[in-house]
Amino acid sequence: MIRRLLAGVAVMWAAATAAYLALLLAPGDTVDILVGDGPDTPEIRAGIIAEWGLDRPEVVQYLAYLGRLLRGDLGRSYQSQRGVGEILAGQVWPTAQLTLAAAATGVALAGVIALVTAGRGRWSRTAASAAELVSVSVPPFLVGIVLLSVFSFTLGWFPVSGAAGPEALVLPALALGLPIAGVLGQVLRDGLERALEQPFAVTARARGLTERALVARHALRHALLPVVTLAGWFTGTLLGGAVITEVLFGRPGLGQVAMQAVTGGDLPVVMAVVLLSAVVYVTISTLLDLAYRVIDPRVRA
Amino acid sequence: MRVLAPLAFLVLLAAAVAVPGLFTAVDPLAADPAAALAPPGGAHWLGSDHLGRDVLARVVYGARHSISIGVAATGLAVTAGVLLGLAAGLSPRWLDEALARSFDTLSTLPELLLALLVVAIAGPGTGSVIFAIAVAQVPTYARVVRAQTFVVRRSGYVEQAVTFGRSRAAIVAGHVLPNVLGAIPVLATIGLGTAVIATSGLSFLGMGPQPPAAEWGSMLSEARNYLRVAWWQALFPGAAITLTVICLTVTGRRMQRRFEGRTP
Repeated sequence: MIRRLLAGVAVMWAAATAAYLALLLAPGDTVDILVGDGPDTPEIRAGIIAEWGLDRPEVVQYLAYLGRLLRGDLGRSYQSQRGVGEILAGQVWPTAQLTLAAAATGVALAGVIALVTAGRGRWSRTAASAAELVSVSVPPFLVGIVLLSVFSFTLGWFPVSGAAGPEALVLPALALGLPIAGVLGQVLRDGLERALEQPFAVTARARGLTERALVARHALRHALLPVVTLAGWFTGTLLGGAVITEVLFGRPGLGQVAMQAVTGGDLPVVMAVVLLSAVVYVTISTLLDLAYRVIDPRVRA
Repeated sequence: MRVLAPLAFLVLLAAAVAVPGLFTAVDPLAADPAAALAPPGGAHWLGSDHLGRDVLARVVYGARHSISIGVAATGLAVTAGVLLGLAAGLSPRWLDEALARSFDTLSTLPELLLALLVVAIAGPGTGSVIFAIAVAQVPTYARVVRAQTFVVRRSGYVEQAVTFGRSRAAIVAGHVLPNVLGAIPVLATIGLGTAVIATSGLSFLGMGPQPPAAEWGSMLSEARNYLRVAWWQALFPGAAITLTVICLTVTGRRMQRRFEGRTP
């Protein structure tokens, strides 16, 4: 338990250090970037160096950086001179909305795929694995483009871009959630089929349990285990895919901010988004490891 | 038929990468504003884009960018992954532990965000995309090779080579390396599919080869402004990416089944 938490902290520290090294390796002088298009005199340069502490030894700067991170200070944007935390704060909610909606869509669809096709013979197996193959092979933005051209441009059911109102969330959440549904559905389905062949399933049937009760009370728990181990992939796909989905659908959010920062060479902002997603990833995978213990009592033993 | 179709498509694709002139005589960059957004048929088999460029020619020449970036990134990731994995597997415990942790750290960052970080530092372009995708994929290969190295270094034939007094370098090169590479072709085939998707995603975001170069992802990015009037501009590059990745994934999985079915 404690080991697991410590490992999470170690990974976070390594990610922060890697981000710091990336900043050091970046070409272009930090002072040049900070001066930007503003007036450039030796006095202003000296002022910037003193203000950002760029004259201190690298080790001191690194420790100061770690200290600031621990206090939740993500630094200042090169472009807008505002605090990175302040810039990101307003964008977390739209992205959280999108990823949560996509995760819910993906999990719900996966559940439907698995429950409808599990144990129904060869054709349903072929259909489920074809769906899985397509969903790992289609780039996520292509799903979005197809959805846009059918439901927004042709049928006019949903807005083309923006984030006004719940109907603007439908297509982005589907675009991000569909690829997940395909893979998750396949894994859940395999798990269910395997669980339904186990001796305990025979016993339960002998006890007179209906097939539906057997799935709900016993088999689903077994089928969930491999799904939990996929959580890392799941989180990464959602966080990375959110960037492309936000750009495609013109939604505000962390992805849009990151894209603007990449285009403008605003490294503190890009780094903060990357670090934030590492924090989310580590938190979710730690939580799911704990969930694993709840679902499977054998792990606790 | 079913067995050969994916392979046949991949061979065609390789031909398009090597000699695009075989498939189209049209210049993918030749703009003709008078024929902009022409539907498929006639002079433009697959239609023309918003600048009047031939979509077929752009899809064919686009293979060159999309596939060669994918191949280069996968090659770089495999090379670095094998070397790092081998190094970790043969190192003293503390160094191995440090390397293994850094693979873990790298894989906690979503591939696309990691790539954005690389592009933010190095600027957009083909080289950045190759490097960015390679960095994100190194842990996959490094982990497998590391685990396999542990198995091989305890094997009977390595022990025997040690007793025969062969040098450490000779044992690593002659016995360890060839035997840890077993799973790599399978992983690399599937990984190439992932790399093609990642390439198109980064190009879609404008991080890859810059316009007017034809690349599947950036073609889709341009096409998205004309979805209402010109579906063909988006459909064909989209289909090209999807078919390529499906064929790579199917081929990779078949290789995997054959590989796992083999008795060790």
